[in-house]
Amino acid sequence: MAAQTLFEKIWESHVVRAEPDGTTLLYVDRQLVHEVTSPQAFEGLKLSGRRPRRPGATLAVPDHNVPTTDRTVGIADPLSAKQIQTLEENCRDFGITLFGMNDIRQGVVHVIGPEQGFTLPGTTIVCGDSHTSTHGAFGALAFGIGTSEVEHVLATQCLVQKRPKTMEIRVDGALSNLCSAKDVILAIIGKIGTAGGTGYVIEYTGSAIRALSMEGRMTLCNMSIEAGARAGMVAPDEKTIAYIKGRPLAPKGELFEQAVRAWQQLTTDANASYDATVALKAEGIAPQVSWGTSPGMVIGVDGKVPDPHTMADENTRKATEQALAYMGLTANMLITEITIDKVFIGSCTNARIEDLRLAASLAKGKHVAKTVHAMVVPGSGLVKQQAEQEGLDQLFKEAGFEWREAGCSMCLAMNADVLQPGERCASTSNRNFEGRQGAGGRTHLVSPAMAVAAAVEGHFVDIRNWA
Amino acid sequence: MQPFTSLTGLVAPLDRVNVDTDQIIPKQFLKTIKRTGLREGLFYDWRKQKDGSQDPAFFLNQPRFQGATILLTRDNFGCGSSREHAPWALLDQGFRCIIAPSFADIFYNNCFQNGMLPVALKADDVLAMMNDVLTKPGYQLTVDLGSQTVTTPDGTRSYFEIDPFRKDCLYHGLDAIGLTLQYETTIAAYETRRKAEAPWLFTDFR
Repeated sequence: MAAQTLFEKIWESHVVRAEPDGTTLLYVDRQLVHEVTSPQAFEGLKLSGRRPRRPGATLAVPDHNVPTTDRTVGIADPLSAKQIQTLEENCRDFGITLFGMNDIRQGVVHVIGPEQGFTLPGTTIVCGDSHTSTHGAFGALAFGIGTSEVEHVLATQCLVQKRPKTMEIRVDGALSNLCSAKDVILAIIGKIGTAGGTGYVIEYTGSAIRALSMEGRMTLCNMSIEAGARAGMVAPDEKTIAYIKGRPLAPKGELFEQAVRAWQQLTTDANASYDATVALKAEGIAPQVSWGTSPGMVIGVDGKVPDPHTMADENTRKATEQALAYMGLTANMLITEITIDKVFIGSCTNARIEDLRLAASLAKGKHVAKTVHAMVVPGSGLVKQQAEQEGLDQLFKEAGFEWREAGCSMCLAMNADVLQPGERCASTSNRNFEGRQGAGGRTHLVSPAMAVAAAVEGHFVDIRNWA
Repeated sequence: MQPFTSLTGLVAPLDRVNVDTDQIIPKQFLKTIKRTGLREGLFYDWRKQKDGSQDPAFFLNQPRFQGATILLTRDNFGCGSSREHAPWALLDQGFRCIIAPSFADIFYNNCFQNGMLPVALKADDVLAMMNDVLTKPGYQLTVDLGSQTVTTPDGTRSYFEIDPFRKDCLYHGLDAIGLTLQYETTIAAYETRRKAEAPWLFTDFR
């Protein structure tokens, strides 16, 4: 058999049928569902009299709209409440397992999939959410889809797809002190651009990737979509298997052993080739801070805000001018001169236990600056519980951070956690688009460590020389 | 789904790169459980000035672009969130065709699910059209799916690529789920085969 990449192995094992022109009916092993992108899909099923083909292959959770404050009082916004109620009704009507808002297992959909062992190597996973790429950290082919396709998968357990191209992004070497997976992926997006991965599935390789924890690999794969790629993946290894073992929905006993033998085959063959390759050196990656309104507008914390006057390309110059005007920044100012009003530590990118452990250890014995309001939103109820068992909540609270309930929260501000116009936020989330965290709000994407340091100092600092 | 064969229509310009789906339809409009009525949220933040009034400079607020059915824009249109509310809002506003040098994958795919045609043309062609839209009132284009061409008022034709399967579905307004369900036997056979190879994938919970 010809040498294959990891992606090709997974793709081929999921082909139900293929047309001569390459149009493929691809089998979907797992679907995750949340309240925002599913109501119209369930409505479509009802209108056409169709039923889910495998309700047990689907897991639902409300996350985008849920309050991160006391939930015993319900949801103040009637539209948010209605959307969550609709999800509950649809799951009941169609026999789909739901982790409700007050279930300890509730959380951001891309945190709970791995946490429950629902996310497994070698699987195809979809969700009506672009950050489904997160699950690729386990060596799965995982990508976001629209609501019509959510309905398609519910009804058929399949999707019609054209095979994407493959891109290897190799990161070798050792990261600097307190530089993280977030800095790696931001640096990658800065290098290849927000459309650099369009049409590709990315496989991340190299010694720096191997050295990442599972949480780090999830952060990395999560933001593949910000580079334009629908999916990013890391080949499974011992860390992957150790992470999955014993999780509630993971296979058990002999079935687990059988699965592990299959997962160990999920690597790119030595002679396989990719359609494109990009290489970075880990040592060259400084802590990253986004300065603009697109995730590709990012630079090392030791850099300066770019000057549009030095840009030859008209599109780039115009986009930069628009971004600086929106962000209220001046060309050539130092990144460390940017002062902030808010800090958000959370989201499917950076709200797992490892993120919170690191953030809490840096916050310990320090205090949030008087000019800053800072909040920590755990990725799931179980992450919150674990953090509290370890006393991380106390460290955060003593340092002046708010400690909240789990959900998407201020990553996209669909609930009550919203930036006011003109407010500037250091955020561990994934998108710095105009208005993403609230109309007129200004977002700077950073790692959890950088967010803590910014909260304490009131402006960005180089985490490598801090603490 | 409404078929798309050929469309001659007024063109509206959105002269920006990397327009993301958060801009096309902001989060507060995603709380709906319907597909319709989303036009009020379309480019909501860009339509308004700081004081909350409508911005007369934004194209959607200009009388000359009312009734436009074709949106002309720049690179990487529709990036970001997978929200299908983005094409729903554009469709609700009356747009059936989006022309740009490039699109983000998920948005591009979502258009086809809703009887809309995203057309990727060469950047130079889009630039020329953009100049014409801005300077010539009433500027129209003809988009023909059958011949895969866009024709300007002076008769210049640009060819565009499209996947044959997508073209066929859009041209005939086919129900994608219905098409897949025709292969029920093949899907069941796949499941049987796969279950023997990887039984841990079939221990559905509940």
